[in-house]
Amino acid sequence: MRLLERFGVGTIAFLEYLGGIVSLIGESIRSLVHAQIRFAETFVQSYELGLGSLLIVLLTSLFTGMVISLESAQQAVQFGIGSLVGGAVTYTSVRELGPMLTAVVVAGRVGSAIAAEIGSMVVTEQIDALRSMGLSPVRFLVVPRLLALAIMLPLLTIFADIISIVGGMWIAQAYAHINPATFISSARQAVGFDDVVKGLVKALVFACIIAWVGCYQGLSTRGGAAGVGRATTSAVVISIILIFGTNFIMSYLLFGTH
Amino acid sequence: MDTSIYARLDDITLSFGEHVILKNCSLDIVRGAITCIVGLSGAGKSTILRLLDGLIEPSSGHVYVDGHDLCHTPERKLVDLRQKTSLAFQFAALLDSLTIGENVGLPLREHTALPDEKIRHLVDDALESVGLRHVYDSLPNELSGGMLKRAGFARAIVTRPELVLYDEPTTGLDPIVTNLITDTILRLRQKLDGTAVVISHDLHSIFRMADYVAMLFEGAIIAYGPREEIRTSTNPFVQQFLTGSEVGPIPV
Repeated sequence: MRLLERFGVGTIAFLEYLGGIVSLIGESIRSLVHAQIRFAETFVQSYELGLGSLLIVLLTSLFTGMVISLESAQQAVQFGIGSLVGGAVTYTSVRELGPMLTAVVVAGRVGSAIAAEIGSMVVTEQIDALRSMGLSPVRFLVVPRLLALAIMLPLLTIFADIISIVGGMWIAQAYAHINPATFISSARQAVGFDDVVKGLVKALVFACIIAWVGCYQGLSTRGGAAGVGRATTSAVVISIILIFGTNFIMSYLLFGTH
Repeated sequence: MDTSIYARLDDITLSFGEHVILKNCSLDIVRGAITCIVGLSGAGKSTILRLLDGLIEPSSGHVYVDGHDLCHTPERKLVDLRQKTSLAFQFAALLDSLTIGENVGLPLREHTALPDEKIRHLVDDALESVGLRHVYDSLPNELSGGMLKRAGFARAIVTRPELVLYDEPTTGLDPIVTNLITDTILRLRQKLDGTAVVISHDLHSIFRMADYVAMLFEGAIIAYGPREEIRTSTNPFVQQFLTGSEVGPIPV
């Protein structure tokens, strides 16, 4: 009976969470459709959330590209197919690791910041104050962050793809003596423009996940400073799980039929 | 509803899970008067303000403001109704990222098409009313507690609402600032010619500004009347609360 009760409570909590986040998604889409957008705030958020993440995204992508190149070059040279390393690095970066790693890094840095900021606003009654003034917290806070991430995450992904390939090319040349021209030629054969676009579509979906989860966790904060801490942790954990799960589904849908 | 009544709580019950906050609570807010609500900490006084502002819905009963029932009203309609009401929060709840001037002007910028100069004029006027014109460009974290509360008042009155709700405006302030805040509330009532509800524990301040006093105990209003009637009430609950005695029907 106790087990059944716990299952019931868990199910209700899950459905409440689902209902809350769907309602948030609906309201933010409605605000976007009705063009209720605070452009100045969107610009500020784009700068803070996007540009602020550039360095860490570039560093993680650079080292990831270098590692893929190091591992694949070692194997490829042994089997006499070193000319394919460029394709392997670019293929992996553009289709999978570029969008996903960028999203994971941004979820850790930005998703947590969004949840913490909005959560603090909840516990200091600033969200109630907005509602009391007849202002929608979704239009006021969620939409600018959603738009900012939807613009900046694909841009960050493009930078991540480029730096990852450059890092891979450098290691391929330094470690396996693979000519950059051979590396680029292999990369161009392995990856088409549609792969880049599909990678950016993934980035766009991940941006929405990070923004909606971060904002929802922030808005549903309860219980003072400890609650803000819980909201922040949950925002990162839930975002990362959803990013990994969604990445698999999107890879299957976008690339799986090839 | 009697036109002399601006707002009414009608047989309100509010509970969160097993925890009952208000139980069959009814209260009339007289138009043009200052009504002070007193009661023990955690009695649900601030909840009453949130009900009157439409921020929360009761489990049962009705909340009327200027003849409109706020219960089961869609959020979009509530947004319109809230234009008549303003809530001055206990800790001001100003937005950290905006200056005091931007905070005070926010409802005007978002709800009106007034030109910037006109908004600036109205914000200056509201800040002047609370004696804070010089802090227009300051950030909230640069102000003292008393100044923050007054800045919150300025934001609450800038749209000239008909009903202003003050949540513990004097809590945590020294006696001099408490007097200043009380004077400010009285002055703002005169300026707006409106109705006010004040939640407070400060009896000196309450008996200076209140036209009517209501006492909340165990989720219901147990005493209500004009200021002098409550001050001289023989109700043992009121007597114990006013004297601060540990002996009486209110368990300590």
